Amino acid sequence: MDEQSITLVFYVGLPLLIFGIGWFVGHIAEKNHERSLAEREEELKDIEVSDMRYPPGFSESDGTCALVSGEAVVSSDLFKSWLFGLRNIIGGESKTFTRLFDRARREALLRMKARARELGCNAICNMRFDSADIGGNTVAANRKRGMNMAVALVSGTAWRC
Amino acid sequence: MTIVNTDTIPGKSIVQVKGLVQGNTVRAKNIGRDIAAGLKNMVGGELKGYTELLTESRREAISRMIAQAEALGANAVVNVRFSTSAITSGASEMMAYGTAVVAE
Repeated sequence: MDEQSITLVFYVGLPLLIFGIGWFVGHIAEKNHERSLAEREEELKDIEVSDMRYPPGFSESDGTCALVSGEAVVSSDLFKSWLFGLRNIIGGESKTFTRLFDRARREALLRMKARARELGCNAICNMRFDSADIGGNTVAANRKRGMNMAVALVSGTAWRC
Repeated sequence: MTIVNTDTIPGKSIVQVKGLVQGNTVRAKNIGRDIAAGLKNMVGGELKGYTELLTESRREAISRMIAQAEALGANAVVNVRFSTSAITSGASEMMAYGTAVVAE
């Protein structure tokens, strides 16, 4: 192999390989995650979640209430981050990143519901969504970029009623 | 200690307001977890280390808030809110605040 083809492999082949692996593994992981989310949502669907002050159709609580919360950090893969870079030039909605945040929120919600169930509660009211910047994107200095990840924080009050 | 993020507690009435209580914490994961998260960022998926970081931060912030409320002689904290701020990649500040009350 001459020098030119080595350079070509290094600058084109290697990134393509990493993108390919990222896309392939990322795609499978995403599908698995979505399936597991759907299963657990089915399992926990009897826990009612609302962002109102009281559980809707609220009947008197037996006095059991507690703060419950859920957290999830889900990362995007290299390929999708790169695609988003392109999207950022063209503009418009990034469906992959929209889905990513959706997955993180659903995961966080499920964790909150699971904690409510552990406490023997069947409703969650005053639910709030929050976010955090762990990837460091808002504080990254100069041209140093943070990591692409969706952070979802959710909290609420669990009731037994 | 009853902690809720609503402004009332079911089945109880607030008899005395003790004031605002808060707790905060800044946490980071060790460099090994940061490197693992960086690698995971290539293929995508949940970054368990950072999820753990948030759970721990929340627990710590809440427990500090509770300690303040106990010092004031309160038995409940209502209207709890969380706030986060960014520091750098791989670290987070979590703050919990609420109103310490005596409820009966």
